[in-house]
Amino acid sequence: MQFYQPQDARKHTTTPYVTGSSVVGIKFDGGVMLASDTLASYGSLARYVDFQRIKKIGDYTLVGASGELSDFQYIEKILSELVVNDFCLDDGYTLTPKEIYSYLTRVLYNRRSKLDPLWNQLVVAGHRDGEAFLGVVDLYGSSWEDDTVATGYGAYMAQPLLRKGYRPDLTANEAKKLLEDCLRVLWYRDARALNKIQVAIVTNDGVNISDSYHLDAFWDLDSAAPQTCLLYTSPSPRDRQKS
Amino acid sequence: MFHPAKDQQEHMLGTSIIAVRYAEGVVVGADSRTTTGSYIANRVSNKLTSLHDSIYCCRSGSAADTQAIADYVRYFLDMHSMEIGNDMPLVSTAASLVRQLCYNNKEALLAGMIVAGYDPVHGGQVYSIPLGGLLVPRPYAIGGSGSTYIFSFCDANWQDDMTEDQALKFVERALAHAMARDGSSGGIIRTAVINKDGVKRGLVLGDRLPFMF
Repeated sequence: MQFYQPQDARKHTTTPYVTGSSVVGIKFDGGVMLASDTLASYGSLARYVDFQRIKKIGDYTLVGASGELSDFQYIEKILSELVVNDFCLDDGYTLTPKEIYSYLTRVLYNRRSKLDPLWNQLVVAGHRDGEAFLGVVDLYGSSWEDDTVATGYGAYMAQPLLRKGYRPDLTANEAKKLLEDCLRVLWYRDARALNKIQVAIVTNDGVNISDSYHLDAFWDLDSAAPQTCLLYTSPSPRDRQKS
Repeated sequence: MFHPAKDQQEHMLGTSIIAVRYAEGVVVGADSRTTTGSYIANRVSNKLTSLHDSIYCCRSGSAADTQAIADYVRYFLDMHSMEIGNDMPLVSTAASLVRQLCYNNKEALLAGMIVAGYDPVHGGQVYSIPLGGLLVPRPYAIGGSGSTYIFSFCDANWQDDMTEDQALKFVERALAHAMARDGSSGGIIRTAVINKDGVKRGLVLGDRLPFMF
């Protein structure tokens, strides 16, 4: 933490404190799907384990966040002000996903230009009038659209899997399985990930964000326990709970 | 220019704080140690500050910063409650005010707060506001430097829907363990039980802690 220096009042670059890890997203035939884990980390500490990092904005759009989560709560607030403004204008027109994406690009770029960034990588996903939208805006104000997106570690590990698995005629179930597989890989290899996840989908029928659920993982590797050694297996706490 | 003595540092609340929601309200608790470097400036400090009749905040981080925040929020809530006809303000309002101060001044502040209390609309509530100004509603929250030592204890022993007695015992045990291991926490355990009947403050003296080495 830097002590406040009045003479440097205009320099505000902040370090992130409570952060979220990857968000992954993919377009499929009929909509767009996002997924993330529900972890808010405090450095290496897994501080809040059921934190929603994907939120619904308006009726057609989802925004998912990596990075500093207090800045995400601020972004949620300014986006909800936009939505309320639309409602008050009552002219039958509401913001499209692409407009929200453009607005966020401007906001984040202007903050970075003041050396006071909102420390986030945001995924914007939407589906409206039969058209799907998927894009990313980051803390520098860079933004791009793609058929598959991933932030954080996901950009390195999940994006190749998403690109390999993407087809324009992907079904919702296939998309969900692909996103779960990506989050599983991230659970294996990202030290700031959690195996409790949630999946959000937006189609012509609107937005739906699932409750958080547990992601199964595979640990029965030969390198973990060679076949020749005797394994003591006790029921996992989750299985004990079930019985 | 003002040059403080070389070994003197800002007053810090190296702390263990906790707030737990139970069936009828909340129980909040804190240790009582305020340090200047490694000198214990106050060994019986009160880190449970009232923001309104039935809304308390637990303070950790810089003593000055958290006192300033609590003073501002107490003033705002006072005005707000008059404006709503002397009704009880919502706990979420208090938490939101604390969060706004912490978020908008995040470069200048070192304040980790827990806001907890009772209002007739939503009952007992606990809100965690860590560094950076994130607002997280929780069934229970821990904070301060001593909290790192009791994350596992709390994971293992916390249950939803406890009675007042169970919640108080949980709070006292958790704090005792944190105070045992954290050099920046210690002294006495101060507690407050907040429900529709108001606030009941409690104390566990330093030689009667539920756990000591």
